[in-house]
Amino acid sequence: MVLYFSGTIVFLTYLLRRSEFLSKWASAFAWLGFVSHTIALLANSVSLGQIPVMTFQQAMSFFAWTLVLVFLSVALKRGLHVLGAFILPLAFLSLISASIAPAGTQGFQPVFETVWVHVTLSMLGTVGFAVAFVAGIMYLMQDRMLKSKQFNTLYVKLPPLDFLDSLNQRSILLGFPFLTLGILTGSLSAHVTLGSYMSWNPEQVWALVTWIFYFAVLLGRVTVGWRAKKAAYLTIVGFAAVILTFVGVVLKNQSPLGTL
Amino acid sequence: MNIIVVGLSHKTAPVELRERLAIPESRMGEALARLLAYPSIKEGMFLSTCNRVEVYAVVKDMDDGFSQIQDFLVSTHFSLSADELFPHVYRYADESTIKHLFRVTSSLDSMVIGEPQILGQVKDAYEQTLAHRTSGVILNKFVKKAISVGKGVRTQTKIAEYAVSVSYAGVELAKKIFSSLQDQTVLLVGAGEMGKLAARHLVNSGVKQMMVTTRNTHRAVNLAEQFNGTVIPFEDFRAALPKADIVLCATGAPYYVITAEDIHWAIRQRMNRPMFLIDISVPRNIDPSGKDIDNAFVFDIDDLKTHVGQNQDERRKEADKAEGLVKAEVEVMLSWLRGLEATPTIVALRKRAEEIKRAEVEKVLSRLEHVSPKEQHAIEGLASAIVNKLLHGSLVTLKSEAQSKNGFVFIEAARRFFDLTEAEMHQGHPGRDIGQNAMAHKHEENEPLSSSNQGSQAECEEKGKPQDYEV
Repeated sequence: MVLYFSGTIVFLTYLLRRSEFLSKWASAFAWLGFVSHTIALLANSVSLGQIPVMTFQQAMSFFAWTLVLVFLSVALKRGLHVLGAFILPLAFLSLISASIAPAGTQGFQPVFETVWVHVTLSMLGTVGFAVAFVAGIMYLMQDRMLKSKQFNTLYVKLPPLDFLDSLNQRSILLGFPFLTLGILTGSLSAHVTLGSYMSWNPEQVWALVTWIFYFAVLLGRVTVGWRAKKAAYLTIVGFAAVILTFVGVVLKNQSPLGTL
Repeated sequence: MNIIVVGLSHKTAPVELRERLAIPESRMGEALARLLAYPSIKEGMFLSTCNRVEVYAVVKDMDDGFSQIQDFLVSTHFSLSADELFPHVYRYADESTIKHLFRVTSSLDSMVIGEPQILGQVKDAYEQTLAHRTSGVILNKFVKKAISVGKGVRTQTKIAEYAVSVSYAGVELAKKIFSSLQDQTVLLVGAGEMGKLAARHLVNSGVKQMMVTTRNTHRAVNLAEQFNGTVIPFEDFRAALPKADIVLCATGAPYYVITAEDIHWAIRQRMNRPMFLIDISVPRNIDPSGKDIDNAFVFDIDDLKTHVGQNQDERRKEADKAEGLVKAEVEVMLSWLRGLEATPTIVALRKRAEEIKRAEVEKVLSRLEHVSPKEQHAIEGLASAIVNKLLHGSLVTLKSEAQSKNGFVFIEAARRFFDLTEAEMHQGHPGRDIGQNAMAHKHEENEPLSSSNQGSQAECEEKGKPQDYEV
C-alpha cells in the first residue's frame, strides 16, 4: 500500500513535469507494489482455497490488484505511463476505502460454495468500468485542452483522443459480460440463500441500474453514435452508479456481500 | 529620401484584422498604382501573407509617407476605420526598415522561426512590383538584398533545421486526436501553398487516403496525382465531409467555405466520431463558431501558432546567430544607401579623375626630356582643362538631377560609368578589383527571381556566399 501511495505521488508529479524520468520511478513503485500485492493475494488464496473476496476489504484489495494489473499490461504494451497517474490513485483510494470501511465484516456463510465466483466476476466488471471511467476523464481533459488551445505539459502527456475513446469502449465491452455474469450468479445465489432472485435492496437496484446503463451506453454507441465526448461523459456517470452499488454493499454492512 | 514600412503582423494584429487587409493578386496592380499615386511615394511594394500585411515604400518625406501609406491602407479597405487599424500598425524608417525586412526574409519575424515560405512570399511580392513597375533603384537593391540575406541566414545558421513549420503543427495536433494517421482520410480543400505543405506533412506521417477538391478541376487532378488521392468535384465536396477525418482548408476564398452547419451535419453523419479541421487560409475559410461543436476540432493559423510556440526555446540560440548576420548586412545596406547621396559620388568622381590625370601627366613627363617648368605647367594645365571640361557637364547634371525624382538613377549610373566602389565613396581608396565587382553586381542583377515558394537548395547554397555586397 505504501508502494502504491509512493507510486501515486510520483505519477502525479510526473504529470506536472516535462521529464520522462519520473515515470520510471513511478513505474518501479507500481511494479514493486504489484508484486508484493500478488504475493499476498496468492498466499491468501492458497490458504483459503479460493480467490480472497469474501470480505469488503478483500474485495477492494482484489479490485485494486486487477486495476493495477490492467494498467501495467497497458503500460507495457503501449508505453502509456500517463495512465498510471489516473489508475494508481484509484487503486490507492480503493485500498484506503477498504481499510476505513466498517471492520469485522464477516463475509458470509458459505451456504453456496461457489459464491466467490459471483464476487470475483462483479469485481472484474467493475474494474472494466473503472478503466472506462479513467479513460473518460482523460478524454474530457484532453478534449478541453484541445478546444481551449492550451498546449501544456498534461496535453503533451495525454494519449490521442481516439485511443482514449477505444480504451473506453473496450473496457466497457470487457466489463459488461463480467457484470452480467456477476449479476446472474448473484441472483442465483440469492435464490438459493434467500429464496428469491431479487430483494430490491439498494445494492441490487443500483447493480441493475448500472447494468441497464452500460447496456444502453454500448447500444447507443453502435446505433446513435454515443461515442467520443458523449461516451466519456456517460462512463463517468456510469461509474458513479457503480460507486453507489458499492455504497449499497457498505450500507448493508454485515449482510453478505454476495447477495448482489 | 527615406525607406519606410507600415504594416501589421501576427505579432501586432489578430487574424480577423489581417484577413481583412489582404489584397488578392488580381487587384494588386490597381492597388500598387493607387499607392504610387500618393505624392510622397516614389517606390512601393505590397507584402501580403497570412501572417503579415506590409507596405514598403521609398518616400520623399518620412512623415508624409507614413500618413499617406496609412491613408492608402484605410481607403483600400472600406470596411476598416482608421481607429481600428492604427493601434495594430507598426512604422519603421530607414535603418529600422532595412533591419525589419531582413529579419522578415530570414524568418526571424515569422510565427515559426526558420520556416521557408516567407522567402518565396517576399519574392512573389517583389515580382508583383516588377510586373507593375512600382520599384526603382533603391527598392530593387533593398528587396534583392533582403532575399539574399534570407538565403544566407538559412545556409549559415541552423534555424531552417528547426523549421517545424506551422503546417507541421497540424500533424502534431492530428496525432493528439488520432492514434494512427494511416487509417485516416484527409480532405484537402483548395490549392493554397500552406495547405499543400500541410498535406505533404500528413502524407509523410502515414496518411494513405487523400481527397482533393479545388474550384479549378484541372488543378485538383494535378494535386490528386501528387498525393495519390481522389478528386472530389468542388460543387458537392460538402457531401464528402463526413468521410474526412482531417480537413485541410486553404483556399483564397474571402468567405466561409465550410460553415458551422456543415460541420454540425458532418459530425452527425459520422456518429460523433471526432473530426479535425485545419484552416490555413487568410481570410479564414472555416466558420470559427465551428470550434464550439462537440467532437469537431477546428484550428486556425493563430491556434497553430500557439501550438508551435512550445518548443521554440532551442531555436533561440541559432536565432541569435541569425540576428548577428542580419545586423552585419544592415550595415552593408546602409553604407550602400549613403553612397547614393550625391556629394560622396561627386567627391569620389573628382578624386578618380584627379588620379587618372596625375598618372597620365607623370607618364608623359617621364618620357619627355628637358621639359622646362613652363612647358610642364602647360602640360598639366592641358590635362586639367580636358578633365574638368569633360567632368563639368556630368557633375552639374548629377548635382541638379540628384534632387529630382529619379536622382538615384543618375547617381547609380555615374558610379557604374566610372567604376566607383563603395569603399571609394567613403575612404577614397581605389577599388580592389573593379572588374570583378562589376561582374558580381551584374550577376546579382540578372539573377532570375523564382516565383516558386521555396528557393531550391542549390540556389540557396550558391547565393548564400556573402560576395555580392559591393556595387
